[in-house]
Amino acid sequence: MEMKQWEGFLGNTWKNEINVRDFIAQNYSEYLGDEGFLADATPRTNELRARLDALLKLERDLGGVLDIDTTTVSSLTSYQPGYIDREKELIVGLQTNRPLKRGVNPFGGIRMARQACEAHGYRLSDKIEDEFKFRTTHNDGVFRIYSEEMRAARKSHLITGLPDAYGRGRIIGDYRRVALYGIDRLIAEKKKDKKALGCDAYGVESMRASEELFQQITFLGYLKEMAAMYGYDISEPAKNAREAIQWTYFAYLGAIKEQNGAAMSLGRVSTFFDIYIERDIRLGILDEAGAQELFDDFMMKLRMARHLRTPEYQELFGGDPMWITEAVGGMALDGRSLVTKSSYRILHTLYTLGHSPEPNLTILYSQALPENFKRYCAKVSVETDSIQYENDDLMRPLYGDDYAIACCVSAMKVGKQMQFFGARCNLPKLFLLALNGGYDTTSGVSVGPSMPVMEGETLDYDAVMSRLNVYMEWLAKLYVNTMNAIHYMHDKYAYEKTQMALHDTTVERFMAFGVAGLSVIVDSLSAVRYAKVAPKRDEKGYIVGFETEGEFPTYGNDDDRVDSMAVELTHRMITELRKTKTYREAIHTLSVLTITSNVMYGKHTGETPDGRAAGAPFAPGANPMHNREKNGALSSLNSVAKISYDDCRDGISNTFSIVPSALGKTDSERIDNLVSMLDGYFGRGAHHLNVNVLNRETLMKAYENPEDYPNLTIRVSGYAVNFHKLSREQQREVIERTFHERI
Amino acid sequence: MSVSDVTLRSELGRIASLQSFGTVDGPGIRYVVFMQGCPLRCACCHNPETWSFDGGEEKTAGEVFDTLLRYRSYFGREGGVTVSGGEPLMQAAFVRALFALCRDEGIHTCLDTSGCSLNAQIEELLDVTDLVLLDLKYASEAQYQRYVGCALSAPLAFLDRLEARGIPAWIRQVLIRGKNDSEQDLKQSAQLLDGRSNIQRIELLPFRRLCLEKYKNLGIDFPFAEIDDTTEEEIARAYTFFER
Repeated sequence: MEMKQWEGFLGNTWKNEINVRDFIAQNYSEYLGDEGFLADATPRTNELRARLDALLKLERDLGGVLDIDTTTVSSLTSYQPGYIDREKELIVGLQTNRPLKRGVNPFGGIRMARQACEAHGYRLSDKIEDEFKFRTTHNDGVFRIYSEEMRAARKSHLITGLPDAYGRGRIIGDYRRVALYGIDRLIAEKKKDKKALGCDAYGVESMRASEELFQQITFLGYLKEMAAMYGYDISEPAKNAREAIQWTYFAYLGAIKEQNGAAMSLGRVSTFFDIYIERDIRLGILDEAGAQELFDDFMMKLRMARHLRTPEYQELFGGDPMWITEAVGGMALDGRSLVTKSSYRILHTLYTLGHSPEPNLTILYSQALPENFKRYCAKVSVETDSIQYENDDLMRPLYGDDYAIACCVSAMKVGKQMQFFGARCNLPKLFLLALNGGYDTTSGVSVGPSMPVMEGETLDYDAVMSRLNVYMEWLAKLYVNTMNAIHYMHDKYAYEKTQMALHDTTVERFMAFGVAGLSVIVDSLSAVRYAKVAPKRDEKGYIVGFETEGEFPTYGNDDDRVDSMAVELTHRMITELRKTKTYREAIHTLSVLTITSNVMYGKHTGETPDGRAAGAPFAPGANPMHNREKNGALSSLNSVAKISYDDCRDGISNTFSIVPSALGKTDSERIDNLVSMLDGYFGRGAHHLNVNVLNRETLMKAYENPEDYPNLTIRVSGYAVNFHKLSREQQREVIERTFHERI
Repeated sequence: MSVSDVTLRSELGRIASLQSFGTVDGPGIRYVVFMQGCPLRCACCHNPETWSFDGGEEKTAGEVFDTLLRYRSYFGREGGVTVSGGEPLMQAAFVRALFALCRDEGIHTCLDTSGCSLNAQIEELLDVTDLVLLDLKYASEAQYQRYVGCALSAPLAFLDRLEARGIPAWIRQVLIRGKNDSEQDLKQSAQLLDGRSNIQRIELLPFRRLCLEKYKNLGIDFPFAEIDDTTEEEIARAYTFFER
């Protein structure tokens, strides 16, 4: 098949089948130079940005939510077109009819939508209430089939943050397909797939697939309608760079109008766009300033994406994040890097538009990336604290060279793989639950196998471990089954029609489990093993505290005695999870990631033998607990690098904060040292690193006077936030954390 | 492992602390070994806990070497190991053994020293040293006697020896207000260094009172407790005297 919009593009495979990867491989131009070519923001961009900044300020002044449309259910075509400044915008499209106005999405659960409105001083309209009175939401469905044990595990905060009342997210549509092929071709392909289904036996699987395809096709049609409302016909492929970005953005916009998933990631678009930009520049219809403008405009739109959330949700996922994660860089399978000028342009938006947590710019880091690009990324880190790094050399052998990151650290092949998001379970609580024989002293809930409370003056390591294993086995099974319930109902009542239409019809699914509090349980087990831990009991005999005597090695010091416990524990967890069958034959994966929920998890967990007080926050993700490191930053990195990515395929998150003076004496040295550090860390097989280069004093000042620091961006577990958007508790926790500062 | 490696590995040293991420003691990312024990009593010292020859922990060169190998992937093109202190020259045999092991692995070796001593054992240490960070504390004999506890001639002789042997040096001086930052002091310092072919870099470091707490905890009087921190402007001004 040939389309006139493809003139000048090479290759055939991608023309005959839906294959964006092949299109990129055949057409992109690697860029090895430095950032010298980049253009500043144009006056147009600056004017538009000034309007956006004013709107953002208003949103802040109003307590974080500018406006809510309480009478319309969010969907692709339910709002009239909205603009910041219609005359000036190069890329158009807003979630609702006004900038930063939030829509209501009750498909995940009507109660959540109602509470979210109320929390911000609004009331969900009777119209929507009535509409959903006779409608089953995802949340209704899940609670119809949750077992008593599942409810107890949830209530005791053993398993928390489950996507049972909001969209599960972590699905990345291949939004580029709309630009490369146009909607009509995508519909035609899906119709072909649907037709093929009818030829085989009509079992449950194929009937479900057929209905899903029906929905996908319908929503591709809505996407076309939505674009038409803005005056664009996206039935055919995009013919230039501006259209390629616009078409792709429409696809993404359709997805976030339809779904309020926790993480609505973008994928891997910059090098794809670069092909169109290069062609336009060759044709003389675009220059560098114009290319940068397109990125700036697109980024402004992404920075405005919002969902309406409840305060409970914010406690888990602080900072109002969308996780519009964009994967930048990485290597191609043919040995070239996928770095193009547009990899620079997208990072450069942090200067043309100022620092920002969204989109969540993620560098796919390889030892083999061009030196110039490594240095530029390091410079951006040092100056903006807005980007994160993930190990392409670790992921590329598993996912090829066209994967992206959903949320923080979850890799998947774009348009070919998706995941069922499953939040995380609380390991320190499991440890305490095991000691108390199935009684959670914090919530007063009995859950899990019932046993007598652990006896003895001091805890015996072997006895504790054998008990912990029993409870872990029990939890793993319950966790898988809970996830099965959630995702069965999500597919049934809140299926991602737009996003799945932008996947191959046959997709591979992951089921992503997670653990929280890894460093706390590991240090606690180390204390039991290497020191003397005497339990303190309450009047009923339950263990509620510990007297720990003697030295014990702690995670984060590159000490194999304790680091091996972290490795074994995560291995054990995924091994146990794999024993229970998943819904839709999803592949079990595990993450060590907490977002900001490490604060909330800690709050609901009693005292632990590592010396952590009851209610105190956990360390985030796979981070060692702060103030327990003795030999400096790299020891801490080495400890985390030991956790196996084979066991934790859904990602191992590590957040690294350092004061500028400890990273090097001059800017140039800081950049060189950061590059060496990244090379070293990822060379040891580590998976992820968030980098913050800033002084604790800055954060303290921002804590005292938030209004003076509206744009202070910091990286937390797997994403970035505006510091002022975190709760006071979350802010304090971030300040408490280790800042590597030895001089 | 050869017999000589076994000998090198078994050399014992007294270690004050280990730092896995040094970025200010030599080029690139450095694994920094702080030796325990120092014969000097510099009034501006910010590590008074490393003075005593009794403290710290005894380790073999082999142990320390195995540990630092775990950080090799971070060294990049420029980084490596730095031995500081305390005064590493006081444990020259240990440092030499450690450096020899590093040299065999192609790891860059850097010695951070006051240059207060020179003998045959130290000459052997210099055989396996790639770079020396030499702390020049003052430019006058009187101040050296009063605030350091050795003769100015010692570091100068050390520097002569480095030049003769072609070992590159970075000169470091902590700038202390009213003690070594007058025009005359700085001119004198610059003169002492003038014309030496092996000096690659001169680093002027600001005096900081950060270590006050340490002194208090150790029950040691901090002689410069009343002196203010050196400002960036003062550092910038002082550098002008060393431009060449």
